[in-house]
Amino acid sequence: MSAPNTPPSREYLKPPVTEVGVLGWLRTNLFNTWYNSLLTVSVMLILLQVVPPFFSWAFIDSVWNTPSEACRDIDGACWSVIPQNISFILFGFFPDGEQWRPGSAMLLLLGLVFYSKNSKHWKKSLGVYWLIGLVVMGTLMYGGVFGMQVVETAQWSGLPLTFMLSFFGMVAAYPLGVVLALGRQSRMPAIKTLCVVYIEMIRGVPLISLLFMSSIMFPLFLPEGVTIDKVLRAQVAIILFTAAYIAEVVRGGLQAMPRGQFEAADSLGLNYNQTMRLIILPQALKIVIPPSLGILLSAFKDTSLVVIIALYDVLKTTKVTLSNPKWTAYSTEAYIFLAVLYFICCYAMSSYSRKLEKTLHTGR
Amino acid sequence: MKKDPSIATDTELLPSAVPAWRDPAKRAIVFQVAALLLVAAVSYYLYSNTQSNLERQSIATGFGFLDMEAGFEIGESVVEYSAADSYADALLVGALNTIKVSFIGVILTIILGTVVGVARLSSNWLISKLAAGYIEVMQNIPVLLQLFFWYAIFYESFPSPRQALNPFEGVFLCNRGLIFGVPESHAVHGTMAWAFVAALAIGWLLNRWGRRRQAETGQIFPAVRVTLALGIVLPLLAWVFAGSPTAMDIPELRGFNFTGGVTVSPEFSALLLGLVFYTAAFVAEIVRAGIQSVSRGQVEAAMAVGLRPGQVLHLVILPQALRVIIPPLTSQMLNLTKNSSLAIAIGYADFVAVTNTTINQTGQAIEGVALIMLIYLSFSLSTSLFMNWYNKKMALVER
Repeated sequence: MSAPNTPPSREYLKPPVTEVGVLGWLRTNLFNTWYNSLLTVSVMLILLQVVPPFFSWAFIDSVWNTPSEACRDIDGACWSVIPQNISFILFGFFPDGEQWRPGSAMLLLLGLVFYSKNSKHWKKSLGVYWLIGLVVMGTLMYGGVFGMQVVETAQWSGLPLTFMLSFFGMVAAYPLGVVLALGRQSRMPAIKTLCVVYIEMIRGVPLISLLFMSSIMFPLFLPEGVTIDKVLRAQVAIILFTAAYIAEVVRGGLQAMPRGQFEAADSLGLNYNQTMRLIILPQALKIVIPPSLGILLSAFKDTSLVVIIALYDVLKTTKVTLSNPKWTAYSTEAYIFLAVLYFICCYAMSSYSRKLEKTLHTGR
Repeated sequence: MKKDPSIATDTELLPSAVPAWRDPAKRAIVFQVAALLLVAAVSYYLYSNTQSNLERQSIATGFGFLDMEAGFEIGESVVEYSAADSYADALLVGALNTIKVSFIGVILTIILGTVVGVARLSSNWLISKLAAGYIEVMQNIPVLLQLFFWYAIFYESFPSPRQALNPFEGVFLCNRGLIFGVPESHAVHGTMAWAFVAALAIGWLLNRWGRRRQAETGQIFPAVRVTLALGIVLPLLAWVFAGSPTAMDIPELRGFNFTGGVTVSPEFSALLLGLVFYTAAFVAEIVRAGIQSVSRGQVEAAMAVGLRPGQVLHLVILPQALRVIIPPLTSQMLNLTKNSSLAIAIGYADFVAVTNTTINQTGQAIEGVALIMLIYLSFSLSTSLFMNWYNKKMALVER
């Protein structure tokens, strides 16, 4: 019999190697059941079939910056289609030698966007910066001062057009959308009906029908002799379209406001305008920032539809490049480039919106 | 002594004492009349401009053009159509093409979206990450770009009919599309379709009877499995009784193109693929959210009462998840239908494309755009009617 006061011999057992580290991770995440093991193995086999050939097509057998003749006898991708035509794809018909102007306008926009990302900068001064920035961008694009040649909006094309259509589509649509949402919540039957009919009608039809309206019907609406630029008409169509979607998002925010907020405002003796401006809208609009970014995202994707009414956004300039017989065969490469471009912009927006959703989720 | 302004006197509280411009009820009337007048004035202004413009360009108004000869061919059509038919026929072909691509697209999207959504929740790391990657990539690339991409693949990467790929017997893949053999038409095919419908009807009756019996005796009748079996066996029996005809209509290369068989055009395939891949990414997120909305305790409780895994899925998870899934799912289906209007960009003859051709030929822009809006509005109105019906039905189930 052992003495009761001697400590029992202790042996520290390491956890089995199959439960921790790489092996453990593999076991719990890839091979935890027989069907998961089967799935993993078959997916790996498929990936082995697909990924290496794609990799060698895209990176090993490919050429990056050559004339189109050099692409004829290679097996890989001909990425040359992009650098050889980059200025046309990005800036379209902007006059040669002046392309630093849209280029720097876009850099300015990018800088402003990055500055606005930080919610610490959300003050009145931010609005002023944006106003200054927009004026500078407009001046850069249009020219006419400081010895810059005037470039009509008809020549604005490529990426600046894409950004412009989606950005102003959002900015101008927002106030309209808020008004429509308030109208839809209104107790006045005539106003409510007008707003409901507008919102539901716009949401029920595809954007393309509105773009058609802007390009073929709108000129008929104007008095004789008055013409409005095609880009502007498309911009109006995008604004009217986006406003209906914003109205629905804002309505969600208004409905999320507890009844007590309205009653508190009433008991303070505030009238309708004051209640909305001081109590309801600041809170409601804060809730709907993330879904509004979602609308901006889809507006950005939807601007590509202006291709159909022959506006030269970045997708159309790419298609024009591809209609050149020298480059026709390399559409896959050009489309992949565009897809990456769109993906970067959209992914940045959607992940930012998800982040905001978390940080703005305060209280309640 | 000065009167305390914060204390209202009796006369101020009486409604008659409120001046008209401060009375909410009267102000509301003024606002509404003003809004209606504004809308009416703008409409009248646009209308009169339009009228004078139309007169100046001598364009006739109205839908009289629908009876005129269309004079253009349409690449693919569900019904018989030729250039000699009227514009109304052409528009009908376009509408049917829209319905065709939307219907097939919706079915494929639901299948693919469900698979990806479930894969996203898989405990398998590789599968889950692949599904997440698919969702991110597809959601963040404009659908029009995807359409162009698929169309370019079909049109430029596939060989001409003479060098068509022939992966299986009777199936050809070339830049004219996917061409495959089908059973030669035979009288028994109609009978087989009727046999299938009969199987569904019997299944429906069996299901009702099975439920009543379960309510009375507690015994479960596997109605779904029996219906599935009937759906296969009955048409098969009809086929065997007709002498099992096996003649096939195999496509053959004649000159520069194939004759016979069924052709799926590259335009249709590109549109279908683009729409399905794009929308399925959104559907996958909806399915994932729906499944996650059923709390873990529900599943545990169901297992504790002794339900089998299949029953847990069928009786506990799905009814609750579907209530979350169906409303956003319908709006995605509607989006798919609306996005099918992008067909015009790759040359598939959907309703918008045909209407556009009609507008270009006749100059009837207003009527054409109105028709486009009307047909899509009717799609969305019928969808929202369905949604109202569904919500009501679900509300009943919920007590």
